[in-house]
Amino acid sequence: MAQMNEQPILLRGMRIIDPSQQLDGPGALLIVDGRVAAIGAESVSAEDTVHAAIPAETPPLVQSLPASWVLAPGFVDLHTHLREPGFEAKETIQTGARAAARGGFTTICCMPNTQPVIDSRAVIELIAQAAREAPARVRPIAAISKGESGHELSEMVELAAAGAVAFSDDGRPVQSSKLMHSALAYAAPLGLPVVEHCQDEELVGAGVMHEGPTATMLGLKGWPAAGEDIMLARDLALVRLTGAKYHAAHLSTAGAVELVRAAKREGLPVTAEVTPHHLLLTDAWVAGQRTGPLAEALAQLELPLSQGARYDTNTKVNPPLREASDCLALLNGLLDGTIDAIATDHAPHTWVDKACEFDDAAFGISGLETALAALLALVHVGALPLPTLIAALTDRPAHAWNLEAGTLKPGALADLVIFDPDETWTVDLDQFASLGHNTPLAGVTLRGRVRQTWLSGNKVYDADWPPPLTPPLCAGEGNEGK
Amino acid sequence: MTQRQHRHYTCSFCGKDQDEVERLIAGPRSVYICNECIRACSAVLADEASALALPAHTHLLTADDPDKDAAGKPIRCSFCDKRRNQAEAMFAGPENAVYICDQCIDLCEGILAEEQSAHIHVNTGPGPRVSTATAKQAAKQATTTVPARRQHLLDLDDWTPDEIRALLEHATYMLRVLAEPGMKLDTLRGQVLVNLFYENSTRTRVSFELAARKLGADVTNVTASASSVTKGESLIDTARTLQALGASIFVVRHSSSGAPDLIARTIHGHVLNAGDGWHAHPSQALLDLFTLETRLGPISGKRIVILGDILHSRVTRSNIWSLTAMGAEVVLCGPPTLLPPAAATLYAQTPVPGSGATRHVSVEPQIERALEGADAVMVLRLQKERQQAGLLPSLREYTAAYGLTLARLALANPEAPVLHPGPMNEGIEIDPAVVQHERAVIVEQVTNGVAIRMAALDLLAGTGTGRGA
Repeated sequence: MAQMNEQPILLRGMRIIDPSQQLDGPGALLIVDGRVAAIGAESVSAEDTVHAAIPAETPPLVQSLPASWVLAPGFVDLHTHLREPGFEAKETIQTGARAAARGGFTTICCMPNTQPVIDSRAVIELIAQAAREAPARVRPIAAISKGESGHELSEMVELAAAGAVAFSDDGRPVQSSKLMHSALAYAAPLGLPVVEHCQDEELVGAGVMHEGPTATMLGLKGWPAAGEDIMLARDLALVRLTGAKYHAAHLSTAGAVELVRAAKREGLPVTAEVTPHHLLLTDAWVAGQRTGPLAEALAQLELPLSQGARYDTNTKVNPPLREASDCLALLNGLLDGTIDAIATDHAPHTWVDKACEFDDAAFGISGLETALAALLALVHVGALPLPTLIAALTDRPAHAWNLEAGTLKPGALADLVIFDPDETWTVDLDQFASLGHNTPLAGVTLRGRVRQTWLSGNKVYDADWPPPLTPPLCAGEGNEGK
Repeated sequence: MTQRQHRHYTCSFCGKDQDEVERLIAGPRSVYICNECIRACSAVLADEASALALPAHTHLLTADDPDKDAAGKPIRCSFCDKRRNQAEAMFAGPENAVYICDQCIDLCEGILAEEQSAHIHVNTGPGPRVSTATAKQAAKQATTTVPARRQHLLDLDDWTPDEIRALLEHATYMLRVLAEPGMKLDTLRGQVLVNLFYENSTRTRVSFELAARKLGADVTNVTASASSVTKGESLIDTARTLQALGASIFVVRHSSSGAPDLIARTIHGHVLNAGDGWHAHPSQALLDLFTLETRLGPISGKRIVILGDILHSRVTRSNIWSLTAMGAEVVLCGPPTLLPPAAATLYAQTPVPGSGATRHVSVEPQIERALEGADAVMVLRLQKERQQAGLLPSLREYTAAYGLTLARLALANPEAPVLHPGPMNEGIEIDPAVVQHERAVIVEQVTNGVAIRMAALDLLAGTGTGRGA
């Protein structure tokens, strides 16, 4: 990571939202030695409090930001595919971390379906080394089973000691109830969550999209929502048996939301995430019909979407985009706290992986760089309060997995994002930092844009920097405010 | 300090924005050209104006210009991607960052001229497309007025009753051409049609081949096993290669739903879907409709039963669009494991384009109830693999429960014709006695298929009149 700024930095003028401290209002933030030294918001004297904390011997660099801009803790993504080692044409740790910085994410948890799989200390160390210079913190998720093959448990004790933050066979859902039982029981004393991609492979079979009217119209093999619900129900029964921490990845069905809600009410140690695309897009996008919450919100914002292409392989994702009623259930789950976190399931692929028949195309959406702006559409139309959105991207995921991230409490790492909630911009693949250009949002105009991302008190992304992103170390910007 | 940027388009050549000009035409990757620049370039090409008519930073490339653009890449038309040596003339925009070739100028001129005469291309393929609010309004109107000329035949879901009617009438004319021994037309003369078949087929391929030859096209057949497909060449590369070899009409059969759409997005020219996955088989549906009408007259209000493996049937999916567009009621009958999910919902929510009428589709798993009072019965082929896939207990049980016999046919109206898209499994889904019955029109379907494909090819890629250009 970048060198540390020697001089204190004072950010002032903008709105600060930090759900971990229930802060929301105009404020100021002082960074000393890469950590938050003082923060104030919501009161007239907020800035005075922060000023009082400025060390007398070293005057800070002051950066004054527009009052309409929002400063928040850097976003935490519990579900990212970085592809390195093994699939560096799709993404590398460096490019994935740059994409994270461009999207306002400062902590990303990378899934183990690499080649080799993250099932040994060696691979975790390799990732840590590659991530040392990256503009985001990369936290590895280790495999549940050796090689994600679903047969034998991975060496979880050693993997936890090496730095794994969770265990998952994402992409290769654990089919054996016996293995899942063992995994939960074995991981329980480690205190790390077992993360499941809930899917009954036999029922889902060769499905390529959600089973419903659109699949029938397009003649594509559908997979029923029940494939997710069945697996989640099984896992919850096993959690009840073992008492282990369990995290359901990318919920996509109304049924799954209801299962998690009931499990939480029962007091089971269960957390869950949802992706921006499952909240915002419907299966009709596969047919080029852009319906659902995002389309409706953008129409209301007078940024209407044009018709898309039929069989757009960029809409092929696992679990699949579902129906508007599922989107609504997921949003309600997010609002009432059933769903803890928004995670991107950033799944970059090459052009070749997607420029083919729908049946043959790879699953996945490159999501880090559009997440915030797409989700802000819900905020602009009043469907989602901004503090709730920020909480689901910061404090709630960090809390769910016990990560040192997602807060700007004094003493915390100065990882933060600054965004302009009202700037409109058009998703331009040429500007992407990710190698994965596979997004159905290409060419779509969104409202709300990340302006800056800071890691340990150093700016690692600025929308005004020319691409490709080259973070200057410790640029001495800004006394313009004084 | 907060800037709200509204969506804002400017001409990539003269820099004027959308409010300053009458029309902007969009190319791929955010390039635009306004009507004034189109007219200026066109006038220069036609020697009607000097280069001074062009906007300030735009010029016609000459031999003195470098071969590379500002980014150091070979110069290509920003609209159609043609290389400089593939175009007769090429205009360069400001800072050598944007280019447009003579053919795209012509095409844009055509779009502008056509808009003035109130005809709009609704289905344009690659290359320039109209992109403004007024164009969208015009396109909406176009669907209710003059049937637009289509570039592709991918499926029938967006076909209006008027368009279907026009094609059937054209097929009647083609049937007369076919009845004249030795008679040939030249409406496709000079065009190369390629039958690109990734799945086995005899009748559809031969039918398209005969139809194209009757219209004067050159025909070549590519089958998956005999091509570089086995070497791992992608569908896009194969299509581009065939286009480079001169093909302009692609007749595509593929086991993956949507493969013809992919080719249509890739190539210039015409794509006719000859069956893709479970999705669509529009020429089959049109010939079924044509055959039904020759027996029944207009099918509006008639009850048509489709019997068998509906789930995996592209023939059914296309037939539902065309039959319901013409006002028929469709009843889907088959074992519950072979019925598509949410079918009735889907069609109830998808009105007929043009007329806005509701489509009437129902599902009836009980064969006797389905056949009661039917005006026609379409029987589908049953793939023997369905048993292994766990969808059926046995072929024996299928035949007993869903096979069409004379006894069951007697439940339908006395004149009800029996159709089958072929190839048949006689004795499984259809009893041989039904095949031999005078109400079976299975052989007529095949003959009509050639006429329908001639009509479709002529309307899409020919003169649309049956006569040479």
